[in-house]
Amino acid sequence: MRKNSFRQYKAVVMGVSTGGVMALKLVLGALPQYFPIPILVVTHIKPDSDDGLAVLLDSLCSIKVKEADEQETMVSGTAYLAPANYHLLVERNFSLALSIDPAVNFARPSVDVLFESAANAFGPALIGIIMTGAGFDGSKGLLKIKENGGLVIVQDPADAEMDSMPKSALQLLKADHIVKLNEIPELLMKLVQGKI
Amino acid sequence: MTNDELIDIEIKLLMEGVYQVYGYDFRDYAEASLRRRLTQWLTGSRFQTFSLAQSLILRDRAFFDTLLRGITVNVSEMFRDPPFFKAIREQVIPYLKTYPFVKIWHAGCATGEEVYSMAILLMEEGFKGRFRIYATDINEEVIRKAQEGIYPLQEMQRFTRNYQFSGGKGSFSDYYTAKYDHAILTPSLRDNIVFAAHNLAADADFGEMNMILCRNVMIYFKQALKDRVLGLFDNSLVPGGFLCLGTKETLERRQIFSHYEELKPRIQIYRKHYEKK
Repeated sequence: MRKNSFRQYKAVVMGVSTGGVMALKLVLGALPQYFPIPILVVTHIKPDSDDGLAVLLDSLCSIKVKEADEQETMVSGTAYLAPANYHLLVERNFSLALSIDPAVNFARPSVDVLFESAANAFGPALIGIIMTGAGFDGSKGLLKIKENGGLVIVQDPADAEMDSMPKSALQLLKADHIVKLNEIPELLMKLVQGKI
Repeated sequence: MTNDELIDIEIKLLMEGVYQVYGYDFRDYAEASLRRRLTQWLTGSRFQTFSLAQSLILRDRAFFDTLLRGITVNVSEMFRDPPFFKAIREQVIPYLKTYPFVKIWHAGCATGEEVYSMAILLMEEGFKGRFRIYATDINEEVIRKAQEGIYPLQEMQRFTRNYQFSGGKGSFSDYYTAKYDHAILTPSLRDNIVFAAHNLAADADFGEMNMILCRNVMIYFKQALKDRVLGLFDNSLVPGGFLCLGTKETLERRQIFSHYEELKPRIQIYRKHYEKK
């Protein structure tokens, strides 16, 4: 039984596509260095990209940002980006896993793959977020998070650079929070501190 | 208990049964990807749960084979990660040229794209008739596909681009013939390749290799199995031989790491020391 009256979250997962660099700068950039749980991010990047985006974000954020390494154990205060041309998954023991299974929703990394594995690993102790992007990747994964009792946040389509990913998610499920991008950091802080 | 937890238990039981009946050991495969692949297989089967499918899986070899394919099928592309093949060309080939004959083990070769890539590279670097590639995979069906060397024509644009970025010296179109919507690789590329089924989780090592490639295969394994496989490779490599892993894999923190040096940072090519330290 949980001792605390609020939900103890173990991880945040984020999915983003078109407009992702700006969105991640804004969201990850506003989180404090000692953000108490790890963050996993899938953003659709070209197969031959290097870890430039992680390096850039790391230089702009208080939390640590890095590309996920194979079988790395994830820790708090760190955001892990899925590497180009690999799916990112997570195991129950907090270890990260990579795969070169075929693209899902035309994407590798795919948001659905990360979200489904995280929902499986963390159940209700998970926060899932879909932000700006073209296409529909992440909707099924976000639904799975919801079905497993996790908390789901969708960026307000009106606020999104590309609204189809948020819209697609909202067609499939009822989000716990629909918010603007710049409201996400504060919402996350409240959630992890048990203030909501 | 949640449904997901129940599924995990069913998978554990099924993998134990598969091991005892067929000898294929997936008990040390990392859970997340295994679960994903198995779930996809289940969706395409006529069964609702793994428990219901288990009875037939354990009794009907042909049905088990469909499961085996679902679990073990890997995909790749020709000259995947061009910087890797470029590094082979620039940093490994000069060493290999000092040998009269070069033996290469490509472990987990899947449908063969990277095997043919290596064959092309070696031909262009003047190794014609002086090399043999042992290309192995656990999955016999993909080995047959690899042997055919036929790929969808639509892939050729990407493969050509990879080839060019990897430092290819010729014209990629010289290596295949287009027929309908397929590209058939030049049969002579196969002359120096031996395809065989081999199970990294159970079978023995191959002797006296100058180079071993095993890229993006062990990412599906847990630590214990990974160390077993790396032990196989370590036993199979000659001193001064090269071990090549996938872009996101590393030997650091592994048992055999002290026997190796990294050839180039961030490109996962390791060279075995002449004397064990």
